[in-house]
This record gives sequence, structure tokens and C-alpha cells, in this order.
Amino acid sequence: MPLLEVHGLTKVFGRLVALSGVDLAIRENEFHGLIGPNGSGKSTLMKCVAGAEVPTAGTIRFAGQDITVSTPAKRARAGLTLKFQITSVFPALTVYDNVLLALQARSSTTGLIFSRTRAALHEHVMHLLERFQLAKRCAERAAALSHGQQQWLEIVVALACQPRLLLLDEPTAGMSLEERRITGELLMPIKRDCSLLIVEHDLDFIRNICDFLTVLDHGNIIDSGTVSHIQNSRKVREVYHIRV
Amino acid sequence: MPAASSIGAGSLRGYQRRVIPIIEIVLFAVFVAAPIVLQDYITVFVTRVLILALLALSFDLVWGYSGIMSFGQALFFGAAGYGVALLARDLQITSAFIVLPAAFVIGLIVSVAIGAFLLLGRHPPTTIFVALGTLAGSYVADRLARDWYYLGGQNGIPSIPPMTAGGYEFAEGPAYYYLTLTVLALVYLVCRFVVRSQFGLALAGVREHEARIAFLGYEGQRMKLAMFSLAGAVAGLAGGLYAFHEGFVWPNMLGVVISTQIVLYALLGGVGTLIGPIIGVIIVEIASFALSDSVPKVWPIVLGLLLLFAIQFAPTGLIGLVASERERVGDFGRPPLRPRHTDAAPDDAAA
Repeated sequence: MPLLEVHGLTKVFGRLVALSGVDLAIRENEFHGLIGPNGSGKSTLMKCVAGAEVPTAGTIRFAGQDITVSTPAKRARAGLTLKFQITSVFPALTVYDNVLLALQARSSTTGLIFSRTRAALHEHVMHLLERFQLAKRCAERAAALSHGQQQWLEIVVALACQPRLLLLDEPTAGMSLEERRITGELLMPIKRDCSLLIVEHDLDFIRNICDFLTVLDHGNIIDSGTVSHIQNSRKVREVYHIRV
Repeated sequence: MPAASSIGAGSLRGYQRRVIPIIEIVLFAVFVAAPIVLQDYITVFVTRVLILALLALSFDLVWGYSGIMSFGQALFFGAAGYGVALLARDLQITSAFIVLPAAFVIGLIVSVAIGAFLLLGRHPPTTIFVALGTLAGSYVADRLARDWYYLGGQNGIPSIPPMTAGGYEFAEGPAYYYLTLTVLALVYLVCRFVVRSQFGLALAGVREHEARIAFLGYEGQRMKLAMFSLAGAVAGLAGGLYAFHEGFVWPNMLGVVISTQIVLYALLGGVGTLIGPIIGVIIVEIASFALSDSVPKVWPIVLGLLLLFAIQFAPTGLIGLVASERERVGDFGRPPLRPRHTDAAPDDAAA
């Protein structure tokens, strides 16, 4: 059974149909890429899955549960985490506290008030920061990091939520070529732990890390399949005039 | 895998000067010593300042720590004041062991009711919605008390007997002062514990980016309600102390004037730190005390200008002039540690 099942998802803003009956399925430990031109509905689909937008029609099932109208907090606790397109770390908090904030999210209110998990989570915070090469900056304010490092911190924060499905909306936006390469290397090992749904304009980047691709245009799915299938898809090439 | 243990020595805790703990210690030491050197009538005045400081602390909990703009803290203050006044008038209950917990509970119940209505919608409420909602609550309570005969109407409830503990009466002066100071110190310590805990970190997240924190799994609106309720209970405690200290309660205690006054005092001192609003209350009240007799016509103008200047040029309040942003926001995790070895610097590639 797929981890995420999206069926007939439709989202309408006024007279604009952003998504029109989209179907999508993602299995455990699958890296799935969403591509398409600007305005094709990729980010809207991500937002509907994460709970930032309520779909006009259709259903979303996650790990067997219907989460179509669940709050973002409920989805996050179920294991569905979104990394926003625009960097949205907590700038006034330290890098360390940004990660601790995400890690402690499942603690009870009483546990938080009495700081029962603070010591136990320390090793975990440092381990995640080391993995994304941010340990040396842990005492600094998140606002002091470079744009690329803030993107990494946001991925760390998303991973700290211990997701079963991680939604990454343009994780390499604004990064240099070197930062993109490092980001790809940093993301590959998480395949052991969770699935990934990723929206990205950098086609080389997405081709290197994804198992499956779905191509959207004007809110409709044009094609879906393995990377090699999409690369050879005449339909995709005809519609977009691009080599995937 | 590089273990966390490789992040070794060199705590950064002492890397910067911390001034807030010094201010806290000095201020509370001055409070303890004040009645020894002050005349009794000034001690009575300073008692009132401490009670208002408690009210300012309650506003700080909602705005400074939770990002809820409340113009209605006087509602909880006044409701608890009226509640304990009725206990004293109708049931002859004046025991501190009953009236102070009762004031706390009344503030809590009223704030939970108002807070649940204002904060627990499907979507997070806007700042202006909550500000106007609390302001309206405060105004309505004021009008209700003025027109309710049982509550004494415009005159309120006079002649409240002194608070007692066993056979001891807390008369105006040093006895009531130390009772108030004890309550203030205990509330301060509890608030300090809460805002520096992991819950305080979650509140910092709510304050900075409420929409984002929901995607980490936090119920931001419920956390805000918890803090709004705690703040209401603290305001209630202040109202209970105020009623017995003044010996009467009247509708102004519930109204928008006190609500707004407390907001301005707290902003002047600096919200987002617990000590800032207390400093704001002390400065304005002492200046009022000293100048309102000598320059009664000019003083309100001076006060207004002072507050305008503070908001315009020192938005972090007086405490922001001496404490860095980092100290005011604080660190919530274990003290971040500096790496032992600095030869490899892979993250510099991305910097």
C-alpha cells in the first residue's frame, strides 16, 4: 500500500483551476520528483498535501488515514513534514534551538514545561547538525547563516520532525552550484529513513536523486514514471520543448 | 559518523556579558530593603507599584512571550478584585489562604473563557482581532459593573476589611508590602522557569513564526491560550491584592484606562523580558508620584511624550538599551558547544 495516496485532487482559486483531478501515489522510501513549468500547480499540490491549503475536491490518504482536512500540526505529528519554498527558519533563535524546537515537538506540554527531554535530545540535535555540516555554527543565530546554510538548516529542521514523508519545495533555490551538489549528497542518505516528494526546477539535480517523476502542466498530470521513462517521453518533450 | 561527543570543550555560555540577572538581583534586593529606609506612606505607595508590576508582568506574558496583543488585562484584574471583595463583604472571608487562590482562579476562569473565544478559531486570529476583542471585553465589564447594583454601581464596593492570616491582619504598610513582594517574587520565579523551559522555546517559535510552527507539529493556538490563561491568573492575583490594599474596588479597575496604561508601562520598560515591564512601572509611577504634585498640568504631557519617544526610538524599551537581543531572546537548549578541532571546515564552503 502506498504511503501517500492522492486521488482526484482539485484546487480552485476563484476562477483559476490550480489543480484538476490529480492522482499521485508515493511508496515507502521512494524519492519522487514533481516537475513542470511555473504555474503548473506543483507548489499548490505540495501545500494541499502538507495542509497549508484545503483542497476543493479529492482525497489525501497518508499511511492509510484520510488526512484531507487535517490541520498541519496533526499531519506533522503523523509524519508528514514540509520544507517551505521560501526559507523560513526562526532567525532570532540559535541554530541549535531551531533543531531542538523541531525535535521536541512531540513532547507533552508538561514535559516541555519541566524540560524533561532537553538533555536527552542534545546528542540527537548535534548529530543532525553534524550531518548537514552546521555543528560549528550551532551557537549562532539562524539569521547569521548564509542563504544556502539556512536552506540546509531548514532541511535539518524538517528531518528533526522524524518524518515518514518529507516534502521539499525547491530546496536548492538560490544556491550556488557547489551548494546544490552538496545538498544532493546530503539528501541521498535520508532514503533509509523516509520518502521524499520534491519540487525542483533544477532538472539535473532532480534526475540525480529521484526514482520517479511526475510532470504537471496547468494543474494536470502530463506523464508519470521512472526517470528514464520521463526522459524518453515524447509527450513531455512535445509539451515543454525541453530535454528532461 | 562524527559523534556529538566530538563537539567537546569550550562552553560559550560565558562568551557574552549578561546584564539581566544583575538587574534582577539588584532590583529585588532594593525591594527587600525598601521598607526599612522608607517612610510608611511611601511604602504604601511602593506596594501599589508592586501590584501594578504584577499586572504589567501578566501583559508581558501575553504580548512579550506569546505575541498576543491584549488590551484587556484589567478585565481579569478587576474581575478578581470584585470577586474577593464580594467574598469579604458577603461571606466575611478575608483569609489570604482563600482570597489569594480565589483571585488567581477567578482570573484564570475569566481568561480561559475569553481566550478560548478569541484564540481557538479554525485559523489563527489576527493581532488586531485579539486586541479589539480584549479591549471590548474590558469595556463591557466596566459598563456592566457601573450599572449593576449588586456590585455597587459607580461607587463599587467600599470598606473591604484587611486581609488576614490566622489571627494576623495585613495592614497597609510594611506587612502588606512584604506579602505583595513575596507574591511578586514567587510569580516572577514561576514565570522565569516557564519562559526559559523547552515550553519557552516553543513559545519563541510561536512568537516568531506561528504559521511555520504548526508544520512542526505544534498546536500554536492552544499554547497561546495556555499563556493567556496563566497571564489572566497573574492579573487576577494582582487584582486580589489591589482590592485588599486599597480597601475598595470600583469599575475603573475593569476598564480600558488601566488596560492601556499597563500596555504603555510595559512597552516603556521593554517587553519580552520579565524584568522590563517591572522597570517600566517603577519609573512611570515614581515619576508620577514625584512630579504630579509639583507640575500637575505639565506632567501628563511629559509622560505622553516620554512614551511616544520610547515607542519611536526605543521599541525594545529601556531594557533593550542595556541588554542585547540575544540575551533578551535567550538560549533554550543545553549551552551550545564550540568544536574542539577547527582544521576541517566543510561548512565554510557554503558560507
